[in-house]
Amino acid sequence: MSAAVAEAPAATRVHYLNADYGVKSWLLTTDHKRIALLYLGTITLMFFVGGTMAVIMRMHLIDPAGALVQPATYNKLFTMHGIIMIFFFLIPSIPAVLGNFLVPMMIGARDLAFPRINLLSWYIFIVGASLALYSLVAGGVDTGWTFYTPYSSTYSNTHVIPMALGVFIAGFTSILTGLNFIVTIHKMRAPGLTWFRMPLFLWAMYATSLIMILGTPVVAITIFLVGLERLLRVGIFDPALGGDPLLFQHLFWFYSHPAVYIMILPGMGVVSELVTCFSRKKIFGYSFVAFSSMAIAVISFLVWGHHMFVSGQSIYAGLIFSLLSFLVGIPYAIKVFNWTATLHQGSISYEAPMLYALGFIGLFTMGGLTGLFLASLATDVHLNGTYFIVAHFHYIMVGGAVMAYMGGIHFWWPKITGRLYPDLWARLAAAIIFIGFNLTFFPQFMLGYLGMPRRYATYPAEFQVLNVMSSAGATILGIGYLIPLVYLFWSMRYGPIAPPNPWRAKGLEWQTPSPPPTQNFDVTPVVTEEAYSYGPPEAAREAAHG
Amino acid sequence: MELLNPNAIGGLLAQAVPRWPGFPLHPVRASTIAEGVDDLHFFLTAITLFFTFIIFTVIFYFMVRYRRRSADEQPPETITNMALELTWTLVPTALCVVVFVWSSSLYFQNSRAPNASMEIFVIGKQWMWHLQHPEGVREIDELHVPVGVPVKLTMTSQDVIHDFYVPAFRVKKDVLPGRYTSIWFQATRTGRFHFFCTQYCGTGHAVMIGWVYVMTPDDYAAWLAGGTRGETMTQAGERLFHQYGCVTCHVAEGSGRGPSLVGQFGKPQKLRDGETLLVDEAFLRRAITQPNSMPIPNYAPVMPSFQGQLSEEQILQLIAYVKSLAQEERKGTGQ
Amino acid sequence: MAEAAIPRAAEHPPYLAHHFSDIEQQNEAGTLGMWVFLVTEIMFFGGLFAGYTIYRYLYLPGFEAGSRLLEVQFGAINTAVLIGSSLTMALAVRSAQLGRRKALIGFLVLTILLGLVFLGVKFNFEWIHDYHEHLVPGMGFSHPGPHEPAIQLFFCFYFFMTGLHALHMIVGVGIMAVLIAMAARGKFDGGHYSPIEVSGLYWHFVDIVWIFLFPLLYLVGGRY
Repeated sequence: MSAAVAEAPAATRVHYLNADYGVKSWLLTTDHKRIALLYLGTITLMFFVGGTMAVIMRMHLIDPAGALVQPATYNKLFTMHGIIMIFFFLIPSIPAVLGNFLVPMMIGARDLAFPRINLLSWYIFIVGASLALYSLVAGGVDTGWTFYTPYSSTYSNTHVIPMALGVFIAGFTSILTGLNFIVTIHKMRAPGLTWFRMPLFLWAMYATSLIMILGTPVVAITIFLVGLERLLRVGIFDPALGGDPLLFQHLFWFYSHPAVYIMILPGMGVVSELVTCFSRKKIFGYSFVAFSSMAIAVISFLVWGHHMFVSGQSIYAGLIFSLLSFLVGIPYAIKVFNWTATLHQGSISYEAPMLYALGFIGLFTMGGLTGLFLASLATDVHLNGTYFIVAHFHYIMVGGAVMAYMGGIHFWWPKITGRLYPDLWARLAAAIIFIGFNLTFFPQFMLGYLGMPRRYATYPAEFQVLNVMSSAGATILGIGYLIPLVYLFWSMRYGPIAPPNPWRAKGLEWQTPSPPPTQNFDVTPVVTEEAYSYGPPEAAREAAHG
Repeated sequence: MELLNPNAIGGLLAQAVPRWPGFPLHPVRASTIAEGVDDLHFFLTAITLFFTFIIFTVIFYFMVRYRRRSADEQPPETITNMALELTWTLVPTALCVVVFVWSSSLYFQNSRAPNASMEIFVIGKQWMWHLQHPEGVREIDELHVPVGVPVKLTMTSQDVIHDFYVPAFRVKKDVLPGRYTSIWFQATRTGRFHFFCTQYCGTGHAVMIGWVYVMTPDDYAAWLAGGTRGETMTQAGERLFHQYGCVTCHVAEGSGRGPSLVGQFGKPQKLRDGETLLVDEAFLRRAITQPNSMPIPNYAPVMPSFQGQLSEEQILQLIAYVKSLAQEERKGTGQ
Repeated sequence: MAEAAIPRAAEHPPYLAHHFSDIEQQNEAGTLGMWVFLVTEIMFFGGLFAGYTIYRYLYLPGFEAGSRLLEVQFGAINTAVLIGSSLTMALAVRSAQLGRRKALIGFLVLTILLGLVFLGVKFNFEWIHDYHEHLVPGMGFSHPGPHEPAIQLFFCFYFFMTGLHALHMIVGVGIMAVLIAMAARGKFDGGHYSPIEVSGLYWHFVDIVWIFLFPLLYLVGGRY
């Protein structure tokens, strides 16, 4: 199916980027596509702020006595790196940029259900991010992104309150975005687009949104309580005043564990899109992949105690959380196997988005399997609080989520900007990132088992060799991330004009011109086939009538 | 990890020459549980490598075999295979259950301190560790223990949450303010092993480290005897019991305003609201710091709180004294 | 493949947003959106209720003592006031359904007035009084006695929970004021009253939160 698309040169055709000019048209826009770009700019900035901190930390750690900064500064660096990367980059990344842009387009709608709330959520994000940056500039925070009490509520003398306020406010961005996606997906699907014909990216966005709306309010109130405790010197979480520090941990992790699934599920949605398009095949096991996303959303709320196996939690609670933590891995395994099976008998090409998708599958498999070591009580006792944990979550967050984000950005770049980027440079960057990433984080698994604790500004000399290897890899990884910054910017001005569907992909978003008009569709599409109908045309006809 | 035998001259030489670590895969195994934990760890490593290898290989194979050769290639229709889906769901589930059972039983085993454990008390504070032997010897950032004897560490923090971790023993536990946590280990070789604080606690987190010295029982006895002569914990506790006036109410014969503490440690105590608690370290600590949070029958809740007046160390000494009253009662000698 | 035509500008009523295909879709989206929002509010208050539950279990005598220091008569009056305001809100929705503009505005005004009574009783009779009795944590809290730390903890939760609730009431009053302005301009005359319904949902939710707060905070003392 294809709508009649004007092939007029972009210069004369009106689309969402040139429909209106001026700062006001951007800052007061309600167009989900422009809002997605506002987010893109903001989170890219935050990524490089957080990334700079990572570079400084890795360079500092080449010397056991610390090469660059004082311990107090190092402690602020790892804290702010975590806060910025998690709350101000990863959590918004795919949902706020790709989700905002694509959810209406993939369901054949003209916008999200609540466009003004969408714009409001970006402004809320700006306020939260500004408070975080203010806290950084004013001297930073050194509590760790986990804000454990009573250190954060009573003992730390850094700028906890503005940072806590910034994170609290930014949480509302997630809540409103999630709310918008849920209502949009329920109520605004185009005629013929049943739940089981939706692209898997939408299932992933839906599952992510459920987690966002249920989990974020809990961490919001928890962080707010920490701030109040600091301000009023009351003892909600401080044992000296009758409070319970473990209560903080339970409330914090009740959100923060599902939060990590907020960060990975959207990436998996992207990978489903990429793997199908670049092997030109329908996904293997559609309903399994769709249901696995929902299973993850549900089970994710039941496993938070695995962060607290050595915290003083009861052994029996530990058992339950351990079992559930093993089980939450099964839906992930199902996805990896289904993606792999999709490649079978496909027609596979290796443009940059596909390289990112394949990199994701490999690195996520490794990172996910190392989660088993941590779900397992006996080994977690030894590994908790060490570099093994750091390596585990970076494999998932960076090797997984960031690679999926990069893959998605590259895949939909022609649609978003109307330009093509130079694929050779893109593939080179993907390869450099893959290599640099493994060099940086693989040694950290070994460091962890050998016993090096995390969040250490200085460390015993016997850990130096592995640290230097990791830092060397970080240099390569850093270069890898700079390269796309250059060519993507370059392409916006000098890249070749993109056709409506450069990848010959299925999906309603590809039925519009690149870039799309403000209202997305001139006529509301009607959907008659399943998602990813790359198969032979007879099969699609049979599926539609069967 | 460096291994140093404090008794051998060879040890001195080893200390003088810098050593290439040679990429060890695990810390030295210096406790009874280390090998079991390593076995599970390497089994999980094998599973990880196995599945990673399978996925990578299959993907590479497909990448090459099914690479696009012409722009108009039409791959065949995808057919869902229920058998395959069930297999790759159930096999990982079964594997997970096996690992869970193995790991949980190992964990249970490793968590239960043997009854005859020697006890040492640990107080973490920003940014150092105080370790107290019952005989009275105190250490800072060092822990001397005998080899082959189960040792139980009862730990608390004076300020924020810390964590006590000995990689060579494979033990770790958070150390919390306001309560006691405990771990146990039995060292299997002599030597010197790192311990670390593993819960971020502020500026000096990375320097809150030290050494465990495992010695032969004879060497340990000699070390203990040569240590700073002072009162044992029980003696210190008895001194405090009098100094802070506890003895005025907690009369041994039971005729005071407070209950007698003779023989109470380790027994159940019913509270006014009907709940029954075990009189253990945690109970005593709470009784000293928040006495009226758990009123007991037959006694008016008039005990003052000693929160802020006694350091964690002093509380532990008082607890040691109260424990000793139970032992005396059992031995049949009165107070 | 059939192609559906989108409504042209002349065909759509002014209250239909351009991105919705028809008014039913817009109303359904609005209602679902409000329900989802209320779920997030449940989770938001839920964190506080969870904390309260744990500490009440740990420090029951202290919580009972703290609860007895509250003035239950004001809590009870406020409960009645809030239930009354939910009634007037429901009647406002009914009036909108029946197209009765004057009744609609009247009931909305009553709802606001009852909301303001609630807030007035809370601030003037309860909170000011608590401040003078040194029961506000962080503002000179002092209540010497065996349970002082637990009582302070109780009052932390009392003020946070009722404070958060009061904030939601203030927002609700603001929303009602906006609705009155819209009603006065005839926005709801054409049978389109979905904003009133959706705001009603919000108001009822705020009421229900209070129904939980009142017994948990005021009736713990065990003298009833």
